[in-house]
Amino acid sequence: MSVTSPSRATLSKVQSPPAAWLDRNKGKWASWILIALVVGYVAFLIITPITALTLGAFEKGIGTSLSSLNQPEIFASFWNTLWISLVVVTVHASFGTIVAWIFVRHRFPGRDLINGLVDMPFAVSPVVAGYMLLLLFGRNGALGPVLESLGIQVAFALPGMVLATLFVTLPFMIRELIPVLEAFDTRQEQAAATLGANGWQTFWRVTFPALRWGLIYGVTLTFARALGEFGAVLVIGGGVQGRTETATLFIYRALEERQYIGAYSASLALGLFSLILVLGSDWLRRKEH
Amino acid sequence: MNLQTAITPTSNKQTTSRPWGQWSIRSIALGYLTFMLLIPLLVIVQDGFREGLAEFWRQITLPTAWHALKLTLWTSTVMTVINTIMGTLTAFVLVRYEFPGKAILNGIIDLPLAIPTLVTGVMLVILFGPQEALGSWLKEQFDFSVMFAPPGIILALLFLTFPFVVRSVQPVLMELDRAQENAAATLGAGGWTIFRRIILPPLTLPVITGALLSFARAIGEFGSIVIVAGNIPFRSQTAAVYVFGEVESENRLGASAVSIVMVAIAFGLLMLANYLRKRSNKETV
Repeated sequence: MSVTSPSRATLSKVQSPPAAWLDRNKGKWASWILIALVVGYVAFLIITPITALTLGAFEKGIGTSLSSLNQPEIFASFWNTLWISLVVVTVHASFGTIVAWIFVRHRFPGRDLINGLVDMPFAVSPVVAGYMLLLLFGRNGALGPVLESLGIQVAFALPGMVLATLFVTLPFMIRELIPVLEAFDTRQEQAAATLGANGWQTFWRVTFPALRWGLIYGVTLTFARALGEFGAVLVIGGGVQGRTETATLFIYRALEERQYIGAYSASLALGLFSLILVLGSDWLRRKEH
Repeated sequence: MNLQTAITPTSNKQTTSRPWGQWSIRSIALGYLTFMLLIPLLVIVQDGFREGLAEFWRQITLPTAWHALKLTLWTSTVMTVINTIMGTLTAFVLVRYEFPGKAILNGIIDLPLAIPTLVTGVMLVILFGPQEALGSWLKEQFDFSVMFAPPGIILALLFLTFPFVVRSVQPVLMELDRAQENAAATLGAGGWTIFRRIILPPLTLPVITGALLSFARAIGEFGSIVIVAGNIPFRSQTAAVYVFGEVESENRLGASAVSIVMVAIAFGLLMLANYLRKRSNKETV
């Protein structure tokens, strides 16, 4: 069980073997009331808002929505989001694998504490995350003078926004990979080693393929989270139109400026994008098995 | 990776030969975590306490800051109570009952994880905004406003934390041994007694873990809340929104002090959740 996401392997099949006492309950009102309660709750809490957004975005017709999206500033902001997310996913895919690896395979002092710390970005407010980086890299920040003398701008620029998104998405890759690594049968590695493979060959040919689905899920979740990051990039990036504005920052500004159709359409586009990402990887896995 | 570690992943007796490869991979990982996590967290603690404990205390007990913290805590608590009950119920219904559309329902549970929280906020504005049909109807008929008020905050938090309790309880419920329930039923126990005496006890830890995670996640939420609740001090300003305002107005000490309180709560909750999870793992083994 991970903090950030359910362990997919255990949830892939929701079976319900009938128990004797439940069979007797079958068709009884109590079970149907519970089912209705849950379905009603989910419909109210999740389905209704999603429907409202879809209807809201297309309120003035699909044409208006599409033309509201056809603005250079929207393209610029979505491009920033995409760019940041891709960098973040690449960094976490490499370093996250290493971190997951040492958590499962190595024993060292402070392991439990660090293991707990890995989950911190999940609970630390994105605003606080952005602010911490501002304290480090801002003009009055701890590293401010050094960066200034080197001519590197981190705060209120894309590098800072990448760092903020890296912080916020840190747990996803690691938490997705740890259970997969734990479930992996190390005898396969031993066999490879016995057959003369060196450490690197064993990793690439034996361990890595087994990690594939964990990696795909980790990448998907990281990507989806990075696409939607708002608070942290707002604080560190400042949301300068045309420069440090991401998709979420555009939506925020559009709402403030009462460009409702644009804001709703961009929200729908962003939501759909990450939804397709997550559902797509789910579908891929189901096809595989 | 040498053979030794591959064979005995959980052994502590690898100290005899540690090749440089192992050390370098470990220092890369720990260096990455130090840079990404530890340094930022330490910087904020240092900054908040730089004027001493008394000033730190003064900053968090400022009326606006104090109210923001209280609002955050009570809305998160209400959300956690509702989410715990409905999440457990949802997991139960998903595992135990057959009904049309069950697979779809199971898929919908994860949607909040895939939807940006800002977009969640936009959705609720469209539903409950003062100009919208439902929002103005509620306002006129019941004088009940969702937007710019605590109900909106709770609703947004319920949306985004919905998967946590469900996905924490569901696997445990699936693994439960049905023989005990059947035995209880044979001995004449009713459905409710069976639920309370047989099913609920092993679920306690996963339910609490899920609740803690929801609460921890809710404390820091910003994107959806800033849209739904706005930034009205003493009314709808949560701690995260307060920190944002203080950062914007360059009150660094105030921002750091409230941030430290939020980070400390998050840290405590996560450590508790980790401890409970470990205990429940031990129990099942």
